[in-house]
Amino acid sequence: MEGKTDKAKPAVTRDFDPERRSFLSNMAAAAGVTLAPGVMLYGITQTSPARARALGAAASSDVRWGMLIDLNRCDSGCNECVTACSRENGLQGHDRPATDAQWIRKVEVRDPATGASNSLPVMCQHCAEPPCVDVCPTGASFKRADGIVLVDKHTCIGCRYCMMACPYKARSFVHEALEDQKSHAPRGKGTVESCTMCVHRIDADKQPACVEACSDTGGGAMLFGDLNDPDSEISQRVAKYASQQIRADLGLDPGVRYQNL
Amino acid sequence: MAPHRGSVAVFAMVAVVMSSSIMFLAGADEMNAAAPQQRVAGRVPVPAISRGQGDNCVEDTDFMRRNHMNMLKHQRDETMLRGIRAEQYSLKECVACHAVAGPDGMPVTVTSEKHFCRSCHDYAAVKIDCFQCHASRPEMVADEVE
Amino acid sequence: MKRIIYSEIEGQSLRFYVLAGILGAFVLAGLAASLYMEHYGHYVTGMSNQIVWGTPHVFAIFLIVAASGALNVASIGTVFGKTLYKPLGRLSGLLALALLVGGLAVLVLDLGRPDRLIVAMTSYNFKSIFAWNIFLYVGFIAVVAVYLWLQMERRMNRYVPAAGMVAFLWRLVLTTGTGSIFGFLVAREAYDSAVMAPLFIAMSFSFGLAVYILVLLAVCRGSGRELGDVVLNRLGRLMGICIAAVLYFTVVQHLTNLYAAEHTGVERFILLDGGIYTALFWVVQIVVGGLLPLILVFWPASGSRNAGRQMALASVLVIMGGFAQLYVILIGGQAYPLSIFPGMDVSSSFYDGVVASYAPSLPEIVLGVGGVALALLIVLFGIKILRFLPATLADSATDPHFVAAAETP
Repeated sequence: MEGKTDKAKPAVTRDFDPERRSFLSNMAAAAGVTLAPGVMLYGITQTSPARARALGAAASSDVRWGMLIDLNRCDSGCNECVTACSRENGLQGHDRPATDAQWIRKVEVRDPATGASNSLPVMCQHCAEPPCVDVCPTGASFKRADGIVLVDKHTCIGCRYCMMACPYKARSFVHEALEDQKSHAPRGKGTVESCTMCVHRIDADKQPACVEACSDTGGGAMLFGDLNDPDSEISQRVAKYASQQIRADLGLDPGVRYQNL
Repeated sequence: MAPHRGSVAVFAMVAVVMSSSIMFLAGADEMNAAAPQQRVAGRVPVPAISRGQGDNCVEDTDFMRRNHMNMLKHQRDETMLRGIRAEQYSLKECVACHAVAGPDGMPVTVTSEKHFCRSCHDYAAVKIDCFQCHASRPEMVADEVE
Repeated sequence: MKRIIYSEIEGQSLRFYVLAGILGAFVLAGLAASLYMEHYGHYVTGMSNQIVWGTPHVFAIFLIVAASGALNVASIGTVFGKTLYKPLGRLSGLLALALLVGGLAVLVLDLGRPDRLIVAMTSYNFKSIFAWNIFLYVGFIAVVAVYLWLQMERRMNRYVPAAGMVAFLWRLVLTTGTGSIFGFLVAREAYDSAVMAPLFIAMSFSFGLAVYILVLLAVCRGSGRELGDVVLNRLGRLMGICIAAVLYFTVVQHLTNLYAAEHTGVERFILLDGGIYTALFWVVQIVVGGLLPLILVFWPASGSRNAGRQMALASVLVIMGGFAQLYVILIGGQAYPLSIFPGMDVSSSFYDGVVASYAPSLPEIVLGVGGVALALLIVLFGIKILRFLPATLADSATDPHFVAAAETP
């Protein structure tokens, strides 16, 4: 008879069903055996950004997700990443630009001394030392083991302190009641939100919507991958060519890097 | 010397008025005027809960009736904080399986009292706020059903 | 030592009930405003993704800061042993409690999800100064309640010095915590500074005394209690010293920032070309809220009731200056754009690189005023139900050096 044991288990008891457990584990084993060769093949190829992770497995700190954006390929007039993000996450505009949510935006940067200008997408930088996580009173703003910074909307009380603390102005507050949210991107009135690096896609071994849109229809400037994996394309590129982090002086070690800034 | 009776009475009245107005206004959002459909068994009305699709839920009905709230609360932390997305406990799957068709054949949202969760929660008068953030019906895109 | 007599106010007059009714109406209006904001979402307010904390927070922080300062009057009597302040201690405790409750009410009712207050009180991230503040604020209520009880239960008076010290230290930590909400933010150029904490302590002294003086004058005049010039002058001049302290820390903060080349942008904004923020800073905060009250409190009063008028006017000016200061800190600090690419010109669809605009909206103002009304309502009912007020504060009762005027033959 299973009983309540450690804190990780739900606080309920039920009769232990050995048949059901063995059925499930057999199915999992069968699935694993079926998938393993495909996973291995997928993992070997250079273009695979995400290491396959079984649905029931937790995110692990062996992985650190990051992005690399090559500004030579980022065009000032192109907004594919922004459009893709809005579509993917169900961000509805209400013609109120001051309060409408924006998870990613194109910023035009111009050096007043030389006149040189650049265009770049700015989103949550998924810092290794996020100030938004430090200041959240309830712990709703948190960093997942694999480096993605998220807002747990179950715990968020909407105090907006994290919005004050973010140096990149990455966070938005939901200022109105929402309807027909995307089932993979829950968002609601009164909570704070920001770019999730499409965590629902990453967990399904896909790429973030902005990266995919950029490579499909944009300039091909964005690259997503595992910074902890020395064989991934992103790790090789940041090792080979210089890249910068925005406001690196703050010591936050963002997971988003820019080249040719 | 005891507080003056008059002032205590005024205090109590103000407190009652304020608290009842808060409770009324706070609950007014979801407690619509329409009464949930109810069957009457004997003299006690019971909620008319629509059947989900398929043969059974991820756990048996008795277990779900008593424990779905704890299960949801535990599972949301597992998914959110640790990234575990076990398919049989996915909220998306719950919503998809328990979708109730409306008059136009499309699944209803939580604004309709026929919604699966509301059919019981209205009866039990327990307000839930899941659907302030979560989609209350499966996404119906023209070429795919999630 | 003479035994001080305390008594309740009669609280039966029409004037009392009308005042209670008016305050109650403002409280209900504040509640309605908060429900309106919560129901429709914050887009009905002036706050946005650029200015995330607005008028309710200005009111709330003023009330919280004044609360810890109002307790000072009791602390001076208990911890520092000044006889003249001892009769003022009970009202000081009540006022501190009331102001804190009012400020917290505004803060909580402006949350995006105020229904999650239970979550806020059970789930903590102790790296956040906000989480510590929750403990500090709620603990303050408990500490002051105990302190008041020990003062009012004469058999427990021997524990008052210990409780007074605890309360004094607690309010110092609390105000430091409130200032650190801003001081700990590296992202915002206007805030990232260690001087925020002592600045807030000085502000709390100043605002707390101003509110205390006004409330004391109101309850004494309203209940027919005698309030002598000695008490008024002492309180007023103490407030003057605190105003000077606030001015000092403000000068230190801005001078230091001006020396750092990276901060000249925000300093230029606040001090020179920030429009409304510059006007509020120089005219209201410095002149109206700083220099004018300084002159008023140290100007010798002539005539028997003039000390009251002078101190009342000075207190009102200090409060106005205080609101302006908090508005400039809070909203001016957010209006100035974040420096994501230092030294560069930036522009985007998300208001990067531009000064954000903000206008207080009616629901925000009503909510803030509702908090003030709640604090005053608590004081009003408190002094009616329990014995917070000394029977008299005439010079003969309070002045340790009182010499009776020569009798006319």
